[in-house]
Amino acid sequence: MNSENNRKLKINILRYDPNDKNDQPHIDTFEVEEAPGMTLYVALNDIREHHDASLKFDFVCRAGICGSCSMIINGRPGLACRTLTSKMDSEISLAPLPLFELIGDLSVFTGKWMRGMNERLETWIHDEEQKLDINRLEVKMEPETAEEIYELDRCIECGCCVAGCGTIQMREDFVGAVGLNKIARYQIDPRDKRSDKDYYELVGDENGVFGCMTLLGCEDVCPKDLPLQSKIAYLRRKMVAIGK
Amino acid sequence: MKIIYTDVLVIGGGLAGLRTATGVKERGHDVIVLTLVPPKRSHSAAAQGGMQASLGNSVMGEGDNEDVHFEDTVKGSDWGADQQVVRMFVNTAPKAIRELAAWGVPWSRVKKGGRKAIMNAKSVTITEKEEAHGLITARDFGGTKKWRTCYTSDGTGHSMLYAMDNKAHEKDIEVHERLEAIALIHENNRCYGAVARNLMSGELVAYIAKATTIATGGYGRLYSVTTNAVICQGMGQAIALETGVATLGNMEAVQFHPTAIVPVGILTTEGCRGDGGVLLDVDGYRFMPDYEPEKRELASRDVVSRRMTEHMRKGKGVPSRYGDHLWLDITILGREHIEKNLREVKEICENFLGIDPAEEWIPVRPTQHYSMGGIRTKYTGESQTLNGLYSCGEAACWDMHGFNRLGGNSVSETVVSGMLVAEYISDFCDNDESTIDINTSVIESFVNDQQCRLDRFINNKNGEDAYELRRAMEKIMMDKVGIFRNGKDLKEAVEELEKLLFRSHNIEVFRSKSLAANPALVNAYRTQRMIKVALTVAYGALLRTESRGAHAREDYPERNDKEWLNRTIMRWEDPDDTMPSVSYEAIKIDTMEMPPGFRGYGKDNTIAHPESAIRQQQVNQIRAEVEEEGLDRFEVQRALMHYEELLPEKYRGKNERLSERFNDE
Repeated sequence: MNSENNRKLKINILRYDPNDKNDQPHIDTFEVEEAPGMTLYVALNDIREHHDASLKFDFVCRAGICGSCSMIINGRPGLACRTLTSKMDSEISLAPLPLFELIGDLSVFTGKWMRGMNERLETWIHDEEQKLDINRLEVKMEPETAEEIYELDRCIECGCCVAGCGTIQMREDFVGAVGLNKIARYQIDPRDKRSDKDYYELVGDENGVFGCMTLLGCEDVCPKDLPLQSKIAYLRRKMVAIGK
Repeated sequence: MKIIYTDVLVIGGGLAGLRTATGVKERGHDVIVLTLVPPKRSHSAAAQGGMQASLGNSVMGEGDNEDVHFEDTVKGSDWGADQQVVRMFVNTAPKAIRELAAWGVPWSRVKKGGRKAIMNAKSVTITEKEEAHGLITARDFGGTKKWRTCYTSDGTGHSMLYAMDNKAHEKDIEVHERLEAIALIHENNRCYGAVARNLMSGELVAYIAKATTIATGGYGRLYSVTTNAVICQGMGQAIALETGVATLGNMEAVQFHPTAIVPVGILTTEGCRGDGGVLLDVDGYRFMPDYEPEKRELASRDVVSRRMTEHMRKGKGVPSRYGDHLWLDITILGREHIEKNLREVKEICENFLGIDPAEEWIPVRPTQHYSMGGIRTKYTGESQTLNGLYSCGEAACWDMHGFNRLGGNSVSETVVSGMLVAEYISDFCDNDESTIDINTSVIESFVNDQQCRLDRFINNKNGEDAYELRRAMEKIMMDKVGIFRNGKDLKEAVEELEKLLFRSHNIEVFRSKSLAANPALVNAYRTQRMIKVALTVAYGALLRTESRGAHAREDYPERNDKEWLNRTIMRWEDPDDTMPSVSYEAIKIDTMEMPPGFRGYGKDNTIAHPESAIRQQQVNQIRAEVEEEGLDRFEVQRALMHYEELLPEKYRGKNERLSERFNDE
């Protein structure tokens, strides 16, 4: 391979180690030789292995499936693992996802935030009457209904929509598009016996569906292309009907 | 010193770990789950194609039941599996999927009437029955007689894991995130929990429990190219090994998946071929029917991976800057099908290859994918040698996969083993013998020992670079302990790994000296443990002079039942040892429901065990006698091999099917 033709990438990373009392937020710049098919996953590991072993970031599946590696890439939230450097200028800037607790450098504690949101919205099937006999045939479901639920179930809790949200900058308890999408998902699921009134208790206020300013940054940055705009609008219509 | 007490400690927050946790909590036991990452980011989420359960709802699955699933699984294992465990599994899988359906997984459903499908590269029409409409459907997968793999598009693991984690929220399961178990605490052959390191603050915490469960998945990252997530580093196996008491089983049994994309090794599901996709060579020629005329692209995974490698060795691979590869063609399935049932595959192709798989062929090659080996346990999930230590899912070898796992049987196993092992653990915890009886000074010595190890990595001078050692290890495993193996390469691999292990004692953490969140320190201690685990794989492969399932020796191409119908058992007796010690556990033929036979691929070159024919004769005779009495299939099975009494009582029931309806009382 002729390495002379490879670009030299300049990667600027916003860094801070909260465990180090002497540290201040600052930008470090690293030079990395681009390789064919290089993603930010490859580039960041290259930096850690060859330039700075203390650089903190999170990858798990490195295939765009698990949602661990969301960060601000050239000013926009996205999944680093599936970002090809070939599609970018040779100077790249990276920063941790805002609003989440910082662990260090590009690593943030999205898990804690997501767990809080899930517990608050009780994102599980509610069925008080259910007497499940797992030996018996499963309850039937229309094939189209299953597909519609799966469409919304594809959310990977990466936090990009939260980072891209205008409302949450002003209301820190806003549940975000991720939370509203979950309610929309359970609302169409016949197995969840909660009524619209129950959902209203959860998201019928300004920290829920009425807080959304419809700036739609969430849908712009969602790596799974979830129909967040139409689902928030749908949910709002339902909740308005209840609130009347 | 910080000590946290609980009844059950679960290490690993994937499907197996979470199902174990919800199960023991249901039985009234306190539980804490330790996980490296938020549970929803576990590698379980990456399972794409589906979960095997013999529901038989789709017309293509008609006639399916536990017996057929059992037969497929045992054949797939190349007779390495524990047949009682397989029986326990196949009987519980339908229950597991129905439970998950109630917990929220949006399983794809049967739609009545005709639909187009691709089979053997031809378009056919499949007509589903009215009465099956709305029940859970299934797709075809390799090595199965029936269409048995249930799915949600190609995001099955994701949907299962989300439903499971949501259930854990509902049940208020305590999860401690970003905590890594780095040593098991044990005394007098009894496990009492683990020393865990907080990956954010660096703090060491002792978790003390009646029962400790390792559900940390496989060890794919020993190889430089793998479909596994970066956290699948075999750390669960490593900390079990380091007790010197617990044993590992069949570590050399490593599966290569036929279709990972080149070069990054990301998986494209077996569902691509199950749904009708084909493999093509450099000339665009479909070569699999030449090698396996009957099962073609849907032969068992180990078989397809070897045939692909053989074909590339004949010069029929597609040359690329990353070495040769072959093509996976799913264009024949049509855009609509791909965008509905193979959407993760489509996203992966777009993002990592820049191609549209509805228009273009996908470059693929066999890649490390699954670890059949793991912590050797009894059927209860408890270690055979260290009491109070349990393991389930991919981390364990209990042993339902033998030397090759069928596609769709792994996510199924995670949930089933979690359900079952949770019951056995609960029984143990209900019993007085599970009382925690360990002195705090012993606990402290385990914590201090780990602290010393960490300090040493930070303070070593002029030491070794852990990244360099790790890359060397990955390359050895890839080049010398891969799909085809031979004595010369394996011998070199073992010698080289032993040298790496020696060098690893002198690892120095360079330029990053923090004892808190510090990826370099993490890499240092994990690398040393990975090399130990790699040694168990390479050494087991060197000693096993036969070919069985995924373990293929070019110098010993026969499956040798006469000498090798056994499990490899590894133990690391002394921390100062440079090699594991090895013993073998015989697999008994005289109690088998299905004695060793021909798997049906290529030509039969098995060196038979003399007992196989005797047992086969017995089986035939028993079957004939019982059938003559007009007994049903359950009674026939019971006459051949016992297993029901091993199952927890609540999971012994029969499974209802459209073809086997229950009479309502």
